[in-house]
Amino acid sequence: MKSTSLPAALLALSSGLVLLCAAVALWRRTAKGIVGALRVQGFALAVTALILGVQLHIALLLVTAGLLVLVKAILIPVLLRRIVRLDPTGGETDPVVNVPASLVAAVLLTLVAFVATRPLVDVVPGVPITLAPFGFATVLIGFFVLVARRKAVSQMVGLLLVDNGIGLVALLLTTGVPLLVELGGTLDVLLVVVVLRVLATRMHAELGDLDLGALQELHD
Amino acid sequence: MATLSPWVVGSGLLQVALFVVGAPLLLGLMRTVRCRMEGRIGPPIRQPWRDLRKLFAKGRTQPERSTFFFASAPVVLVATTVVVVWLAPLLSTRVSLAGGSDLFAIVFLLLLGSVALSLAALDTGTAFGGMGSSRLMTIVALAEPALLVAILALAASVRSSSLSTIIVGTLHHPIWLATPQRLLSFAAFVVVVLAESGRLPVDNPATHLELTMIHEALILEYSGPDLALVMLGEQVRLTFMLGLLANLFFPWGVSLSAAGLSLIVGVLALAAKVAVLGIAISAGEVAMAKLRLFRVPELLAGAFMLSILAVLSALVIA
Repeated sequence: MKSTSLPAALLALSSGLVLLCAAVALWRRTAKGIVGALRVQGFALAVTALILGVQLHIALLLVTAGLLVLVKAILIPVLLRRIVRLDPTGGETDPVVNVPASLVAAVLLTLVAFVATRPLVDVVPGVPITLAPFGFATVLIGFFVLVARRKAVSQMVGLLLVDNGIGLVALLLTTGVPLLVELGGTLDVLLVVVVLRVLATRMHAELGDLDLGALQELHD
Repeated sequence: MATLSPWVVGSGLLQVALFVVGAPLLLGLMRTVRCRMEGRIGPPIRQPWRDLRKLFAKGRTQPERSTFFFASAPVVLVATTVVVVWLAPLLSTRVSLAGGSDLFAIVFLLLLGSVALSLAALDTGTAFGGMGSSRLMTIVALAEPALLVAILALAASVRSSSLSTIIVGTLHHPIWLATPQRLLSFAAFVVVVLAESGRLPVDNPATHLELTMIHEALILEYSGPDLALVMLGEQVRLTFMLGLLANLFFPWGVSLSAAGLSLIVGVLALAAKVAVLGIAISAGEVAMAKLRLFRVPELLAGAFMLSILAVLSALVIA
């Protein structure tokens, strides 16, 4: 920490923000709050790409940043907001794991991520790589959301947290994957959200609810 | 820090005087801001001082069969708070007691005041006292670790648990203010300040509704000068927490030498920072509802998580 420059500090700040948003998504109960955390996370991810691009003079990363803002900070949250509107009282009224316990779990998962990525960080010393644990922790918290939350919106958010975490690790480790791969990955996620939105709308029409716990029996 | 210059002693005393005089004014300012934002005129800013003066002029009463704990709690609360204010690096980073601005000492002294108050509430033997003290202990048991760990995250950068060293280190490396651990620890710190000082999402200072009150339930049996002392102690405590928040996260203006002109700058900067934070808190409170009591542990568990994440990031990035 003794000799950090401003870009390095900002890079750490924006990747830290990605992790913070994952934690906030676990913390909040209202569907609106969870989607809000995801939106901020999308912005933080884009800012990370932007800072890396400016710092290392890679024009491609600036395009990636624009793509990330468009898809992860604008399109996906808007789509999720529409699902939230179907079920305005929604949100995690009855999570499988209660909130304080999930927060403790999130801390433990972060610890695991930080310990597990230690060897990776030690291989190539450099500022971006040191921040990779934030991405891994986000991935693990995303998986935890998938396991411990039962509303359709939270499930999607869990998936997107995993995706954002992977995106952050990819950005920091490779300083930008080829644009084609980035485009493929991002649009893929967008497509998944669209499909899930259709599914959620159907579910709401059939059951009047977005609780996955209600999907226990097979019907014709 | 071996030799105590008169300036250092003076700045410590000035700190105490400033906080005792300024704390009721800060509360008045916060109330006025809230009233104005709600479209009311509200009492003048010096109203809390008038209340204190009125209470000090009254006689003491004490519940039957209450003991030493009830009588001593207001004094203990004010005494610990004054000692904390005297020891902490608020105007200047040079404090009167070598190693005295240690974060553990400060946090535990603050805790001592809370414990004294809740013992006193139990001592009165009323239902409300017991309820209030059990609620306060629930909150404090969750908030204090979060506060300790949040400051530990800052201490990790300077490798010292002295608050003065943390502030000096931050002044020398302003870049530290833009690190994730600062961000996380700041968020945790704000939640803890709100919980510790009984402000809105955790406790509503303006109500006596028995279902929700925490602080008011504790001090229900106090009257006259005792009540005045408790109120003063809590006001100084809120001001102290805001001052500490301001100095740890926005350390500009703190005097490094505790001498002459820099001390005046320190006073002005601190007053401005604390006033801004107070206004921000009361403006936030206008748009906020009190949290259900059973949701408070969730909020504080969140603060604890943020502070632990702050420590982890400090270790990763260092």
